[in-house]
Amino acid sequence: MNLGDMMKFSDFICFDAVIPDLGSSDRDSVISKLVSALDEAGKLGEGNCKKITKAVIDREMEASTGMGKGIAVPHVKHKAVKDVIGTVGLCGVGIDFSALDKQPVYSVILLISPVDFPDRHLQAMEKIFTHIQQEKFRKFLRQCQNAEQIEDLLKEADEDPSL
Amino acid sequence: MDTPVCETEVEIKNADGLHMRPAMQFVDIANRFDCSITVSSGETTVDGRSIMEMSMLAATVGTKLKIKAEGDDAEQLIEALRELVEEKMFGEPPPKK
Repeated sequence: MNLGDMMKFSDFICFDAVIPDLGSSDRDSVISKLVSALDEAGKLGEGNCKKITKAVIDREMEASTGMGKGIAVPHVKHKAVKDVIGTVGLCGVGIDFSALDKQPVYSVILLISPVDFPDRHLQAMEKIFTHIQQEKFRKFLRQCQNAEQIEDLLKEADEDPSL
Repeated sequence: MDTPVCETEVEIKNADGLHMRPAMQFVDIANRFDCSITVSSGETTVDGRSIMEMSMLAATVGTKLKIKAEGDDAEQLIEALRELVEEKMFGEPPPKK
């Protein structure tokens, strides 16, 4: 793999919108909080927050993005964004995401992708899955206590593909 | 007796590439067979039965994937996956001209 070409977390994660404690075990309210955080950070344009929240939940109803091992990657394509934008939320109590392995989710990576550039979405997914399939990364992510630690971990992962 | 091995190369033809839903369809079929299966894109080789690993491939439209199956029904599995990727195109449209 040519790692030099891989997208970085810092290319698409909005660090101002990460939520270290989602404080809810309800999937829809967790999604709503993360979309609102991106909206408050000014990433979604005027008046799109509710529509995008609904679109992410609708997508989730089609097939769960709970990929197993405590991670979910809810996502949707939406015309409100011109490039991939994402954020991260953590939850100590465990969220019911109807995950593939039927286990609760503790780390949520939300992704909103543009309609016209499917390749950008795939590149962001590649970056996310390269790391979340590694136990070390999943553990470090889940242990983050605040937004700074999440930002530090993701930036470290940008420098160290083996994390 | 040696375990049967079957290999092929397929090309991603749907516009959106191998995003999560197509990857899930692929993994679903792979898990229905009693075979081990690897999928390679360039220098990256992953387990075709793992959704996490398949999502790592970032296979865009036009990407060629090498699929290698090992097991008694390897040939049937390869045919089913070739049909899914190239003929059914995961039930998705090709790129607009």
